[in-house]
Amino acid sequence: MYEFEFETPATVAEAVAALAEEEAQALGGGQTLIPTLKQRLAMPSKLVSLAGIAEMKGVSIADGVLTIGGGATHADVAAEACPPLAALAAGIGDPAVRNRGTIGGSLANNDPAADYPAAMLALKSTIVTDRREIAGDDFFQGLFETALDEGEIITGVRCDIPEAAHYQKFDQPASRFALVGVFVAKYADGVRVGVTGASEEGAFRWREAEAALSASFAPDALEGLSLDAGSMMGDLHGSKDYRAHLVAVMTKRAVAAIS
Amino acid sequence: MPKDNPNSGGIGASPKRREDVRFLTGAGNYTDDINVHGQAHVHFLRADVAHATINSIDTSAAEAMPGVVKIFTGADFAEVGGIPCGWGVTDRHGDPQQEPRHPIIADGTIRHVGEIVAAVVANTLEQARDAAEAIDLDLGDKPAVVDMAAALAEGSTKVHEDLTSNLCYDWVFGNDDDTAVQAAFDSAAHVTTLELVNNRLVANPMEPRVAIGEYSRGTDEYTLHTTSQNPHVIRLLMCAFVLGLPEHKVRVVAPDVGGGFGSKIFHYAEEAFCTHAAKACGRAVKWTSTRSEAFISDAHGRDHVSKIELALDADNNFTALRTNTMANMGAYLSTFSTSVPSYLHGTLMAGNYKTPIVQVNVKTVFTNTVPVDAYRGAGRPEATYQLERVIDKAARELGADPIALRRQNFITQFPYETPVALTYDTGDYVATMDKLEQVADVAGFAARRAASEAKGKLRGFGVNCYIEACGIAPSNIVGMLGARAGLYDAATVRVNATGSISVFVGAHSHGQGHETSFPQVVAEMIGIDESMVDIVHGDTGRVPFGMGTYGSRSIAVCGSAMVRATEKIIAKAKKIAAHLMEASDADIELKDGQFTVAGTDKSVAWGDVTLTAYVPHNYPLEELEPGLEETAFYDPANFTYPAGAYACEVEVDPDTGKVSIERFSAADDFGNIINPMIVDGQVHGGLGQGIGQALLENAAYDADGQLLSASFMDYAMPRADDVPFYQVDHSCQTPCTHNPLGVKGCGEAGAIGSPPAVVNAVVDALQSAGQDVTHIDMPLSPARVWAAMNG
Ligand SMILES: Cc1cc2nc3c(=O)[nH]c(=O)nc-3n(C[C@H](O)[C@H](O)[C@H](O)COP(=O)(O)OP(=O)(O)OC[C@H]3O[C@@H](n4cnc5c(N)ncnc54)[C@H](O)[C@@H]3O)c2cc1C
Repeated sequence: MYEFEFETPATVAEAVAALAEEEAQALGGGQTLIPTLKQRLAMPSKLVSLAGIAEMKGVSIADGVLTIGGGATHADVAAEACPPLAALAAGIGDPAVRNRGTIGGSLANNDPAADYPAAMLALKSTIVTDRREIAGDDFFQGLFETALDEGEIITGVRCDIPEAAHYQKFDQPASRFALVGVFVAKYADGVRVGVTGASEEGAFRWREAEAALSASFAPDALEGLSLDAGSMMGDLHGSKDYRAHLVAVMTKRAVAAIS
Repeated sequence: MPKDNPNSGGIGASPKRREDVRFLTGAGNYTDDINVHGQAHVHFLRADVAHATINSIDTSAAEAMPGVVKIFTGADFAEVGGIPCGWGVTDRHGDPQQEPRHPIIADGTIRHVGEIVAAVVANTLEQARDAAEAIDLDLGDKPAVVDMAAALAEGSTKVHEDLTSNLCYDWVFGNDDDTAVQAAFDSAAHVTTLELVNNRLVANPMEPRVAIGEYSRGTDEYTLHTTSQNPHVIRLLMCAFVLGLPEHKVRVVAPDVGGGFGSKIFHYAEEAFCTHAAKACGRAVKWTSTRSEAFISDAHGRDHVSKIELALDADNNFTALRTNTMANMGAYLSTFSTSVPSYLHGTLMAGNYKTPIVQVNVKTVFTNTVPVDAYRGAGRPEATYQLERVIDKAARELGADPIALRRQNFITQFPYETPVALTYDTGDYVATMDKLEQVADVAGFAARRAASEAKGKLRGFGVNCYIEACGIAPSNIVGMLGARAGLYDAATVRVNATGSISVFVGAHSHGQGHETSFPQVVAEMIGIDESMVDIVHGDTGRVPFGMGTYGSRSIAVCGSAMVRATEKIIAKAKKIAAHLMEASDADIELKDGQFTVAGTDKSVAWGDVTLTAYVPHNYPLEELEPGLEETAFYDPANFTYPAGAYACEVEVDPDTGKVSIERFSAADDFGNIINPMIVDGQVHGGLGQGIGQALLENAAYDADGQLLSASFMDYAMPRADDVPFYQVDHSCQTPCTHNPLGVKGCGEAGAIGSPPAVVNAVVDALQSAGQDVTHIDMPLSPARVWAAMNG
């Protein structure tokens, strides 16, 4: 690690002020950032810990809307969110990671193999920041890229609670991040399918599958649908073809788990 | 035989591992726990390219950085020896292996990612890292040599310019008459051929390597604390070959060591560096490897590419076996590297079978990758994998039952001299196979397969046998085979005045439970409580010269030395008892810690005798020296031959290719067993590593020599939920015929015997669904299995 200053603001306003300094960076649970610092791959002048900000904590459900504080840990979400999202959070990393890592940190990081982005795309989410609200559909902008500005803090997310939903994850054997993860959410006005782990462009909605499932919500409805393998990621753990295939299998399994 | 009461002491009982109390309660003393007053820290600047010329290296800016004590480059070690290779293999033409210089710090050329380019010693580790970033390196890139076949091709870039090629040696073993071997294949009724890869692995012990060098100006003595499986070997190699120091001035201590699996046998550059730098800097120098460094600086394991051919007659008898292997050495020869693909591999190629003709061809190859050396099993897993896979394929091609085909070809007469230089002293492969069929419930497989199929899963059953040569090693035999050292071991039994005992052993325990099992033996021999016996290990300043722990040798070799030393103790103690009771020592019997004059009720206790030995009055000094301390060295007459049969049952998800192991059964013959619980644990651990190799682990390089799986994000270690609950049985016991305990060793069996069973089972599962898949290279990741199924 290189040397850095450390601040522990108690409010979002204080955090925003602290982050105004050039080269200052927010610290959530540190489950991505701390390893990066240890490897000397980042050199912030100041770390602004969000861990002590009470207004960024908590998970609540009211009027069909799920609200999660940007500082809620994966363990908080696993314990208190609606079942499909709770199950997703319970499948992130190990207990140590879940007790530190936060949903705000995960979304800001937008790792192409992270789990939450699939859910945020499927759950009609709104990402709430210190200065605005961003529709989930507009938030993820490719690998590790988001709509966030410099110093902008995710203070929370809101999701419309669906009639039914299920997240189907296929683990990358080493990291156990998602080799492919598919979140299927069924709403009265249609079905949404968020996919993570697969595409070279990061998390995406599989619109063809959404249309087919909105017409007929059954695994069979997906028969014959396939993704263009060319735009998938290919690496040590799975070829492009394999990932394209897995998206279809995981989608079917998610639908089967619901219906 | 296991004792009925596990709390009873002695041989065959299962007392809990006494060392675990300190390991599990945070009271262990690992090398990184040690901090020496005034120590400095070293950070190694490591190569991030695989092959390059070092045009220049400018450390001046770095030297001016805060806290820097001294910066070392290759030039500082020009006068120092290179790291030696402990085994010289003679090739098929009678020539020695090509042996490049293995510098402590790269001397003008970088030959693998991770090689040390410079070493920065500073007051703190962060200061050392800061300064390392200020070192200015000018490199001239060279093409990386990664693929073994390409490395051997005419005109390939050479890893070492001063060698004639990238070939280390071209070796033939067994029947070296090519014409006769070919004739056996020409006249065969059936020949099965298989090409396969034994995947490269990273050992990844829980504790990464650590070294602390100290130098005392007052006494001109050095101390090296290091994470080693064999401190005496490190001292010998480092003093005699690298630093040129007299051994009596150097003490090497390996305190608690958190796993080795082979990777901590070898003498590493960092150990010699810290020792040398301690004097040069006038400060103790400490290095603790990060996990990232471990991936690119610990010796890797396996990495063979083989073609194996098996010839059978019309009655399915094996008539000839021929293998051709390329084995990766990496960029330099690590301590045991050249013995692994030759003598630890070729000698096992007969397996459990009476194949009359066996020919083993091995080419070892230099590449721009991390050096490759012994990893749990070392050569024997590679042999077993080839043999047991090709037998399985042959059974399939012939429509034969894989178990029956093996049984038909088993060696049944002992001693048995193989065509590949070994003489198996004893064994009973029929018995272990009988036991396996029972433990694995072979009869119930059909029903289990039907149940899996009802869930949409494919179920497969795979079996294999294994044999290993352990108790490494009979010095005269390995000497003929090229070992540059004898491989005996030693123990000193020191009895204290009040009867407690410290046994100083050359073996080193880093997970094997010696601190529990060794005392069981001594306690049984004397008839005292185990709590009165401790072992001392891991410190050249305290223990006699011994070769350490690897090759499942500790109880078979060092344990035998301990038995011999204890026998000497008992003989002398009887003399003292005879003196105390005014009898002849020939009439003294020792039972339950009591010395009795045979046929009388006269007796003295162990404690009376030991006290007399040290604080004698009225002692026959002319006939008997006081004191009760004896040392014995033991050199085995032969290897030991643990053997057994393993079975694996898998479910394969046909939609994703994911394999899950549903059952794994092991029937082992380890000869006599000291502590059955510890043996179970050793087998479990070995199986975990074998299953890891078969399904998960893979050290993959890209064409530029970059390690793609250089962290746990991409290198898949087996986790608890990757392995099943094992059925392990070691009730088949044919005691070793040539060591005093009749023991064979159990540390590597699981890792040797499990990969072929897993792969055989997966192939069986796919075939059950009509898939024409005859082989998949390890690791059988979901992606690879799916690709095999989808052509
Ligand atoms: C062993 C291990 C296993 C893991 N497995 C999984 C897995 O299976 N699935 C998965 O999805 N993830 C996994 N992760 C990643 C984990 O979920 C991280 O917690 C997450 O990616 C980052 O969250 P964090 O709170 O730790 O953020 P940090 O590491 O603190 O920060 C990450 C980035 O986000 C920024 N940031 C943090 N909080 C905010 C905020 N509120 N607003 C704006 N920017 C912010 C930081 O500045 C930094 O750039 C794993 C991590 C580890 C170490």
